[in-house]
Amino acid sequence: MIPTQEEARGLKNTLRKIWLLYYEGFRGMTVGKTLWAIILLKLFVFFVVMKLLFFPDLLQRDYDTDEQRADHVREQLTRERN
Amino acid sequence: MNDLMTVVDWSRWQFALTAIYHWLFVPLTLGLSLIVAIMESLYLKTQSEKWLAATKFWMTLFGINFAIGVATGIILEFEFGTNWSNYSWFVGDIFGAPLAIEGLVAFFMESTFVAVMFFGWNKVSPKFHLAATWLTWLGASISALWILVANAWMQYPTGMEFDPAQMRNVMDNFWELFSGIAVNKYMHAVFSGWALSGVFVIGVSAWFLFKKRNETFAVRSIKVGGWLGLIGLLLTMWTGDGSAVEVTKHQPMKLAAMEGLYHGGYSQGIVAAGIVNPKKTWNNAEDEYLFDVTVPYGLSILAKHDLNAYVPGISDIVNGIDVNENGDTINTVSYAERIRLGKLSHEALRAYDKARAAHDEAGMAKAMAELKENYPFFGYGYFDSVDEAIPPVGVTFYSFRVMVILGSYFLLFFVVALFAVYRKDWLQKQKWLQLIAMVSVPLMWICSEAGWCVAEVGRQPWTVQDLLPTKAAISEISSATVITTFWLFAVIFTVLLVAEVSIMLRQISKYSKTNLEIDNAH
Repeated sequence: MIPTQEEARGLKNTLRKIWLLYYEGFRGMTVGKTLWAIILLKLFVFFVVMKLLFFPDLLQRDYDTDEQRADHVREQLTRERN
Repeated sequence: MNDLMTVVDWSRWQFALTAIYHWLFVPLTLGLSLIVAIMESLYLKTQSEKWLAATKFWMTLFGINFAIGVATGIILEFEFGTNWSNYSWFVGDIFGAPLAIEGLVAFFMESTFVAVMFFGWNKVSPKFHLAATWLTWLGASISALWILVANAWMQYPTGMEFDPAQMRNVMDNFWELFSGIAVNKYMHAVFSGWALSGVFVIGVSAWFLFKKRNETFAVRSIKVGGWLGLIGLLLTMWTGDGSAVEVTKHQPMKLAAMEGLYHGGYSQGIVAAGIVNPKKTWNNAEDEYLFDVTVPYGLSILAKHDLNAYVPGISDIVNGIDVNENGDTINTVSYAERIRLGKLSHEALRAYDKARAAHDEAGMAKAMAELKENYPFFGYGYFDSVDEAIPPVGVTFYSFRVMVILGSYFLLFFVVALFAVYRKDWLQKQKWLQLIAMVSVPLMWICSEAGWCVAEVGRQPWTVQDLLPTKAAISEISSATVITTFWLFAVIFTVLLVAEVSIMLRQISKYSKTNLEIDNAH
């Protein structure tokens, strides 16, 4: 369904208001700027450094299909142990 | 074997470290968001600027905690994929579904409403802003629900069936995830967050009183924090009692470890304070305690709400002795037998795989029947001796006492704080009381973390109760990697904690120099 011109204008206004809420909010921050710096640095360290270098999802990385993953776990969980 | 145990132990330490750090931030988010919502509601109701100033002050501290704490929990999910890949596969969608819901709820609710809460002053209507504040609290509380439902499932796996072809547990009843363990655990954790935040608000407010700055604001905050903290603590105690009953039903070994009890009995007392004998094992004749002060009937009441109820100890459980609801001695499955049945279930699983590879339908059906019969003991098949199935008694015992003793102290703390704050101009002169309130803030965190130690150490050696011990859940990775990342996390999280505390202290100090006493109440 194609929105009417008035509906499209209303949607645009709403999106603009949401954008301004975030934009002006970020601009007006004092302590928040330090916090955002910490958040961004933390997310970079977690998701880029730690996740990529140290925390691969082993089953996703090493096997292509769920069947292969199941076989690997089966081998791990059913092998005879001393 | 030694390297395997090194990987298991370091991975467990790593998980404990990240979970403990994560939990430093979470309870304050759960409780402080509610305190902020209550204060903003009071502002809207009274139209008094004093409540607006209080709302904005506590909202700032909430924001600092939220910003530093956000995404610290994601590390735990990384560890599932790397360190605990067998576990991650084995638990299948049961663990994944609640976490996926949590991710979506957390992202949409929190990112939307936190933004309105912080940036929306004068941009949205006061009522809409208040709604966003309440929804921030609700979003955080709902996030906690899914995490704790997943955790509770590990303690009491239900609502699933094991599929040997997929080699994972498949959910067959979503609603069974909301077991008594899950409901009590969730409420216990959330209400403890209210209590923790109450102590935090009182402690910070006491600093204002100590410095003789913004005293009216501090008194107002103590009233809100005191009442919410008291209600939260009473509800925490109530749900803690519910948790003890559930643990008795589903994890009797954990309850016995919490109590350091090896030989149970009827009308069992509870140790109020004591030292467990480190030489005591389930099969020797050493005394259980080096010293103990016991409250008669205490454990029977806690475990079964019955003065005369029988509570089994570690040796009783290992030997398969319990008492039914009618008081008759019954034989449950001894741990030696569980190990035998667990190994049979492994054999059945191997037989199933062979039959499946040979397209032998009859063989598959036969093996499946055997597997199903012994599956409740599947995890015991990984043990060579019953000692492996007993949790660390000392840590569980002392953590439980730290939690209960500090919890009882905080009951007194809230009562005294409320009594003091309602005596006109009295608390402002009691420096010693203000100092106690400040010192009590870190104690509340210790109390809260001790609770998690009881829950998590007490359920060892299981990642999934009775089904998967840590030694089977672990991935084939090198111990060097785990040790490296352990220290990396230790450094990163410590830096984050120092940042949180220092930014908070700076803000508190800054606010102490501004006037929070404005009052235009009509």
